[in-house]
Amino acid sequence: MSVSTPEIDIRIPTILRPYTGGEKSVQASGATLAEVIQDLERRFPGMEERLLEDGKLRRFVNVYLNDEDVRFIGSLNAVISAGDNITILPAVAGGA
Amino acid sequence: MLSISQELVDAIWAHARADHPDEACGVIAGPVGSDTPTRYIPMRNAAMSPTFYEFDPMELLKLYREMDDRDEEPIVIYHSHTSTEAHPSRTDITYASEPGAHYVLVSTREELAGANEFRSFRIVDGVVTEEPVQIR
Repeated sequence: MSVSTPEIDIRIPTILRPYTGGEKSVQASGATLAEVIQDLERRFPGMEERLLEDGKLRRFVNVYLNDEDVRFIGSLNAVISAGDNITILPAVAGGA
Repeated sequence: MLSISQELVDAIWAHARADHPDEACGVIAGPVGSDTPTRYIPMRNAAMSPTFYEFDPMELLKLYREMDDRDEEPIVIYHSHTSTEAHPSRTDITYASEPGAHYVLVSTREELAGANEFRSFRIVDGVVTEEPVQIR
C-alpha cells in the first residue's frame, strides 16, 4: 500500500465483528473502495467474501462512503479521500 | 423469550394491517444490552411487495446512525407475511443479519384474521429458533 493512501475509519456491523475481534470500528486504506476492501481482507481475513460476490458488491450488503450509497458513486471504483468514512450495513430484507 | 408491551404489539399490528396486502416492516429499538424494546420505528418497505420487504438503503443508514447516537440497538426486527404463516421464510433466513435481535413475524392472511398470529424467532447462522412472547 502506498504511503499516499489515507487510513480511514470503517464501521463494522454486528454480523461481521467476529472477523474484527469484536471491534465496531476499524481502519483500512486504499485509493478506491476496491483497494480498501483488499486491505480489509489482509487485516481481517474472510471479510472480502462477505462483501463481494463474483468481484462485485453483494446485492444485500450496503456500503456507504460518508453519507452516500456507493452504488451511486462508482461502487468499487468510488474514490477514497483523507477524512472519509465508510459504513457497512447488511440490508434488512426478507420475504414470504 | 421476547418481553414486549401491549402498546408495541398493537403498533406492529396496526402497521401490518395498514400496509396489507404488501408486507410491512420496521424496528423496535432499545438501550444496548437491555433486551427491552422501547422505541417503535416503522420503516417503509422499499420493495412495496406482497412477497418481499427491504428497508430503503438510505433510511437504513439514518436508522443505524440514530441508534448509535442514542446508544440503542435493534431489539425487535418485525415484518408481516400477507399470504403465508408467521414463520421465517427461506429468504428471511438467508438475509437475517442481526443475531442479537428478536425477529417478529405477524401474518395478515385472511384465513388467520382472527388468529392474531404474532410470533418471535432468533435467527443465528441460518438456524431458526422460535421463542415464547410475553406481553407486558
